[in-house]
Amino acid sequence: MLRIAKLPIAVFALAIMVFPWTAHRIPAIEHYPDIMVFAGIYCLITMGLSLLMGYAGQISIGHAAFFGIGAYISAILTTNYGMNPWACMVIGMAVTAVVAVLVGAPSLKLRGHYLAMATLAFGIIIFIIFNEEIEWTGGPDGMSGIPGLTLFGFEFNSVERYYYLVWGFVIAAFIFTVNVIQSGTGRALRAIHASEPAARAMGVDVSRFKILVFVYSAVLASLAGSLYAHYLNFVNPATFDLFFSIKLLIMIALGGMHNIWGAIVGTGLITFLSNEWLYYFEEFEVIVYGAILLFVTVLLPDGLAGVPGIVKGWFRK
Amino acid sequence: MEKITLASQLLQYLITGLTVGSVYAMVAVGFNIIYNVTEIINFAQGEFVMLGGLIMVFMNVAMGLPLILAFLATIILVTLVGILMDRLAIRPIRRPSVLTLIIATIAVSILIKGTASFIWGKDPFDLPAFSGRNPITFLGAVVQPQYFWVIGFLIVTAVALSIFFDRTIIGKAMSACADNPNAASLVGINVKQMILLSFALSAAIGAVAGITVTPISLMEYDRGAMLAVKGFGAAILGGLGSFPGAILGGLIMGSIESFGAGLISSGYKDAFALIVLLVILFFKPSGLLGSIEISRIKRF
Repeated sequence: MLRIAKLPIAVFALAIMVFPWTAHRIPAIEHYPDIMVFAGIYCLITMGLSLLMGYAGQISIGHAAFFGIGAYISAILTTNYGMNPWACMVIGMAVTAVVAVLVGAPSLKLRGHYLAMATLAFGIIIFIIFNEEIEWTGGPDGMSGIPGLTLFGFEFNSVERYYYLVWGFVIAAFIFTVNVIQSGTGRALRAIHASEPAARAMGVDVSRFKILVFVYSAVLASLAGSLYAHYLNFVNPATFDLFFSIKLLIMIALGGMHNIWGAIVGTGLITFLSNEWLYYFEEFEVIVYGAILLFVTVLLPDGLAGVPGIVKGWFRK
Repeated sequence: MEKITLASQLLQYLITGLTVGSVYAMVAVGFNIIYNVTEIINFAQGEFVMLGGLIMVFMNVAMGLPLILAFLATIILVTLVGILMDRLAIRPIRRPSVLTLIIATIAVSILIKGTASFIWGKDPFDLPAFSGRNPITFLGAVVQPQYFWVIGFLIVTAVALSIFFDRTIIGKAMSACADNPNAASLVGINVKQMILLSFALSAAIGAVAGITVTPISLMEYDRGAMLAVKGFGAAILGGLGSFPGAILGGLIMGSIESFGAGLISSGYKDAFALIVLLVILFFKPSGLLGSIEISRIKRF
């Protein structure tokens, strides 16, 4: 589980690079690069969450808040103060890191249920703030007119350009995360997941590692939020509600939270599900999500990433 | 029109707070019943309350059943949902861990919420108050008769539960599972049955809370999550697992929310209870009446 082969990553990166070029030539999936931009943005969040949940065994139901903090900081600083978007992105990540330490440090010392509830409560509080601080955030109507990104005169003004930007970030974050998993930190996290007292006995500084991963996942979510704000040029609180946090949970559970690839696969599937395939059953949508999550939790504890193992098991018999 | 003095206004906030708090207390009691037997925090606890309210509206208003019959039918139906939840979502889990159990209860919660929005739509529903809506004026504060029903039901539930857990064999068996499930099964207690019973019981209490509060605050499909978080806050505030704590915590939580909304900001009404929850979690996770020793021996 700790060794992650390099070849699939290269193949994956290549597939991501040629995808828009292919999609452009097939009318039925012509608009898929647009959905893929969102999938990439969500992948940034779920990768961090997968590290937190699958590898460190901690649960967060409040990552929509970190996503939102990044998005709103970018939105407010660029539209109202005309600041450089890249600087805002970094400011957003720094602020999120501080907030994550403040929320995470006390609650990560507690056990599973408490972190879940603390992050849940935190997420709802941030959501209420987005709605209530109308002077800053525009309230429930949100903010529009957020400028797009430019880099040394190169304007990110098309879906393709954002696609490569976002997926560039995803692949960079992916490689970094894989390195973390394969390092001593990754082993420490696995030890924490298996047994906290045992990890402590072996000299692992349990709370430090938990906070580190929590902050890392929050910062990635903040980055995703900034990209989201610039890509859409619009943010409103409804994007960052409790249900989005749960959706992130579904993405990870579906893909398999013990596997970093699971986060990518689950995120891709759920993003396409909600933007494309489930579009017609608006009323059923929540039920479908609930059913998927329950099905996966009860019958596929390792998510889709565990399916190859199950199939192999059949043939071995 | 009577002159509204500050004192009467404060009294008004207190009475409203205690009423809302009674509902949180009932949710907190529901959390504790399941937690005590299984050490699971049931994130779907709020959905039982929502279902109680909406099914009661369906029975009483749409079907025209008399109050008592509708009340009983609603409780039976919601209890069935609780039983189904244990049988279909909790018991079949192959590798139970905190993480999977939390996720499973979240899955059930959105499944119930989605089904409710499919059946009832997204509008709030009203239920006629049990004994009319003529307010009683008390020292300048306006009291709805329904308030007495809510607080009354909290007292009835609390008394019934303490008799159940202290005096009956089944109740004692459930408490035994809470202390040590392995030892309990060694002395012949069917732990699985007790878990099932705990889900049934806590669903029933959730339903009572939902039924009694709907005439005051209406009920709609997406109310569950917020009720669950605030009820959990109440349970933590009082000390997770403690029944007197749950009731105390609920009443305090309701009062804080009511005073906060009245005196500070109504837009942040929902935030006050959550901030209290975070403060308690960070500074005194054992709560007011809980003990650190007990929380140490818990598995999760």
